[in-house]
Amino acid sequence: MIQKKFESAAQAVADMQDGATLLVGGFGGSGLPSHLVAALVEQGAKDLTIVSNNIGAVSDGVAALISNDQVRKISCSFPVGPHADDLIARLEKGTIELEIVPQGTLAERIRAGGAGIAAFYTPTGAHTELGEGKEEREFNGRLHLMEHAIVADYAFIKAHRADRWGNLVYRKTQRNFNPVMATAARITIAEVDEVVEVGEIDPETVVTPSIYVHRLVELSPQKEGKVLVNG
Amino acid sequence: MVKEPKETIGWTMPELASKVAHDLEDGWFVNLGIGLPTLVADSIPEGKEIILHSENGLLGLGPKPEPGEEDWDLVNAGKEPITLLPGGVYFSQSESFAMIRGGHIDAAVLGAFQVSQRGDLASWKLPNTLLGRVGGAMDLTAGAKRVFLFMQHTSKQGPKIVEECTYPLTTPGCVDRIYTNLAVIEVTDDGLVVRELAPGVTFDYVQERTAAPLTLQADNPSEKVGV
Repeated sequence: MIQKKFESAAQAVADMQDGATLLVGGFGGSGLPSHLVAALVEQGAKDLTIVSNNIGAVSDGVAALISNDQVRKISCSFPVGPHADDLIARLEKGTIELEIVPQGTLAERIRAGGAGIAAFYTPTGAHTELGEGKEEREFNGRLHLMEHAIVADYAFIKAHRADRWGNLVYRKTQRNFNPVMATAARITIAEVDEVVEVGEIDPETVVTPSIYVHRLVELSPQKEGKVLVNG
Repeated sequence: MVKEPKETIGWTMPELASKVAHDLEDGWFVNLGIGLPTLVADSIPEGKEIILHSENGLLGLGPKPEPGEEDWDLVNAGKEPITLLPGGVYFSQSESFAMIRGGHIDAAVLGAFQVSQRGDLASWKLPNTLLGRVGGAMDLTAGAKRVFLFMQHTSKQGPKIVEECTYPLTTPGCVDRIYTNLAVIEVTDDGLVVRELAPGVTFDYVQERTAAPLTLQADNPSEKVGV
């Protein structure tokens, strides 16, 4: 029987190793898997490469991992915000590397990673500072940049409800980067408000099919459950 | 350049928002940038259906919720709580930017640090700073059918409309029209053309505050109004 549910966020992230690449869903605090991030702060894996849209918008996101000196490199579109001071300090010291990526390019690089596309061409960023050093090619008279796919060891995502297999539905704009990040990691861990039995979610409403989801953490368990590990 | 309080002359920002909203066509899909452009959402005339797109995965953005009604799972690109209108839908960030890059957005209304006479836009990074905030700006300006700027005509540093941008570019040649507190200016193959002057504002007054040559559109409705 398929069981992807872990008893706690701490158990779900326990095997993460130094040097891992991690996708973190959310747009600011909306759809942010903050319990998984908090568990990783406790767990302490270091030298992480993190891909996440916002750094510093909220204190319980990637900013917490930066403040705890667990991060070697960040790829994001929006590195500023009220909680970006620790990032700025580490950039000035040279202990962290920052790659600023246009938001649509970031989303598409992750999508490509999950879809088995190694690279693609986009007009976004051509003739700008962010395009410097990238392979260029003209299509239909317009300059495009080649952008490489992003794949990761882990993805932390937030969803509203999962079934036991890991089919996911989201709530409103909490969806944002979560479904695309779910596709692009070797191990995708979903933090959800509740886990229901298979068949209880209308298949027409599933946004992330269970094939992309390897571990589940239920935030407010409705029922008794024992520790079951799979994937 | 002459320094003076910005709000004392020309259109107020809500008046300018009404002007932009008037120029958006019924049935258009429109993305509003964070900050000043969000004022346009409150100015869409009754009976005109403009479907607002938010980059974080939403079509059909509605007004701000009543105090106490905020839902933090329902936010706009500025991470502020908003509402969803009937007919509105949610989707992922990758689909949202497929819409943007794929040319499905009729107009993007954005802010700017600088805009050049050829419509080059600089809006994501100040010179010699460590951090830029690109967000969706490069994708929107590369992909939207039309790019309108909504901004104060000048900044504390002086003119924002210039011959050549000196700040890092967002996208070259992307801007179609500039709405400021002083004038509405079209970016054309022949340079910058003033389509309309704010009440009480003369062409010369605008030109003095613009670091690129302007011409006045022949049938400018406000030409005779100049004081």
